Amino acid sequence: MSALVLDGLTKRYGSFVAVHGASLRIPHGRFVCLLGPSGCGKTTLLRMIAGLEEPSGGRLSIDDRDITDTPAHKREFGMVFQSLALFPHLTAGENIAYPLRIRGASSAEQRRRAGELLELVRLPGAADRPVSKLSGGQRQRVAIARALALEPKLFLLDEPLSALDAKLREAMQIELKQLQRRLGVTTIVVTHDQREAMTMADMVVVMSQGRIHQAAPPMEVYRRPADAFVADFIGLTNLLDGAVAAPGVVAVPGGTLALPDLPPQGRVLLSIRPEDVLLRPTGEAGPNRLHGTLSFVRDLGASVEFRVDVAGTEIIALARPQDRPAVEPGGAVTVELPASACVVLPPGGERPS
Amino acid sequence: MIRRAPRSLAEHAPILFPALMLIVFFVIPFSLMIAVSVARRVPGGFYEPDFVFANYERFLTAFFGGVLAFSLELAGLVAVLAVGVAFPFTYRLARLPRAAQVRWLVFLLSILSLSEVIIGFAWSTLLSRTAGITNLFVALGLMAEAQSLTPSFGALLAGMVYQAFPYTVLVLYPALARLDPSLVEAARTLGSSPVRAFFTVVVPALRSTIVATLIMAFVFALGSYLLPQLLGRPQHWTLSVLITDQAIYQSNMPFAAAMAVFLVLVSLALVALALLAGRRKEEA
Repeated sequence: MSALVLDGLTKRYGSFVAVHGASLRIPHGRFVCLLGPSGCGKTTLLRMIAGLEEPSGGRLSIDDRDITDTPAHKREFGMVFQSLALFPHLTAGENIAYPLRIRGASSAEQRRRAGELLELVRLPGAADRPVSKLSGGQRQRVAIARALALEPKLFLLDEPLSALDAKLREAMQIELKQLQRRLGVTTIVVTHDQREAMTMADMVVVMSQGRIHQAAPPMEVYRRPADAFVADFIGLTNLLDGAVAAPGVVAVPGGTLALPDLPPQGRVLLSIRPEDVLLRPTGEAGPNRLHGTLSFVRDLGASVEFRVDVAGTEIIALARPQDRPAVEPGGAVTVELPASACVVLPPGGERPS
Repeated sequence: MIRRAPRSLAEHAPILFPALMLIVFFVIPFSLMIAVSVARRVPGGFYEPDFVFANYERFLTAFFGGVLAFSLELAGLVAVLAVGVAFPFTYRLARLPRAAQVRWLVFLLSILSLSEVIIGFAWSTLLSRTAGITNLFVALGLMAEAQSLTPSFGALLAGMVYQAFPYTVLVLYPALARLDPSLVEAARTLGSSPVRAFFTVVVPALRSTIVATLIMAFVFALGSYLLPQLLGRPQHWTLSVLITDQAIYQSNMPFAAAMAVFLVLVSLALVALALLAGRRKEEA
């Protein structure tokens, strides 16, 4: 099976380590998002894959062929830059045909292929328009078409949608995903927007401070985060400090929880999503119940958010409006943390700021 | 911003100062020169006001035509060489770390403080037989014996390109420093080698800057009158040399003025032509 394999890719700038031994296997045809806060090394990693940065260590191969030392112009990967990098002296069509021109294609062939690609990105008839006369969304499409002109083995995008307004960005995310599915090209997108990553990716690679924290399908990253950083960075979560009290029982602020998958002893960190926290009638007995005081309620339209103070720790719960209990802030509430929704994480570790 | 024609005198005021400067330092001197160019020369004396075209007629001979053509050719060649060397140089310079860039720019600025005379004598020493660079070639076994490389057309060209180079770099620098580095990276991911990317992306993307710099270097080289005398043979003397000769040594101010006016008109026409050609290509 053909694949892109990153084996301990490292990039150092003096004493600063931008990417720390990134290892990853990306099977053919996948849509991968490199996700992380700014400065986490995701763009540097993408640029190393493109051949624009020389790795300080590690190897890179595609289809079992080592390309670590292959210069960018011989890798035949298509790339869309954050600034789009459209050539200002060329028209939309000439921009798209540029790689064909470099390879010596006839001008008839160039025009034909540029037309085809404009068709593909749903911008037909724009071939003769100068780049400066195009809107932001249209430039985006021209940049995508240009990167796909040579039917690359790998399609790389560096924060491609960051310049667009929110509505257009959502539409382009869906369109990009559909385009990728139709072409079946292996795609790697760098983004700091977790919604964007969840929308498009088959595999989300969560990075922070130059390290890969987790590489998994979006729902797995959301449901089974590998550590506190991933749990907190992707969506909203409750993180509870706990200590194993007995086999299968963990002590948390305000009570104890019975959970599977607990280590035999020591400290742990529990992550539970707000939508998994259940509000129970006050004082109701049952497993995994914690009793606290309601500190804050707000309506979010589709749901209602409750903040519950349990022995000094805030637990956030999301409920449907019709499930809203008749409790005013300051009143006593009971929450249930279902064992199946609790993720046991190693204690400590870095968290997003 | 609302744009409307200025109404009161006060609203015209901002333009008054530049207009005044333009009149005092350009319109008046140039008008005087035009007036002098149609004056009649008094042999053995100076000149008296008149309205004759004798000075222009004298100019329309094969000799002066040849000098004019040579001057334009030389200036054009200097401009092309200076930009040809300075453009790749500045491209690399703009990609160096900031501290290194500052050092280079200070160095180039310091070259600007050298006068034309010093540059001329430095080059004639460097290219001379007794103390010149050919002695180094002899020592290295590249040449049988030292020889003089000056005066010659090559020496003149070298001196003038050297003189124009720092100006050219300083004019090109802002545009090259602003150039989005991802343009070249994009070209590389699309299959261009770095050299190919330079010629297919950097040069065409900055075409209007290059044309403007060529014109600047051309006009700059056209005014040079010391270097042709220091580094060239008499057949390499430019129109500027002849103008100086007529004005100072022959005391023929009307003829010198006529040549100067003609030189200004010809170079203006060439610049307009270059701009027109550039615009037409942009529209195509």
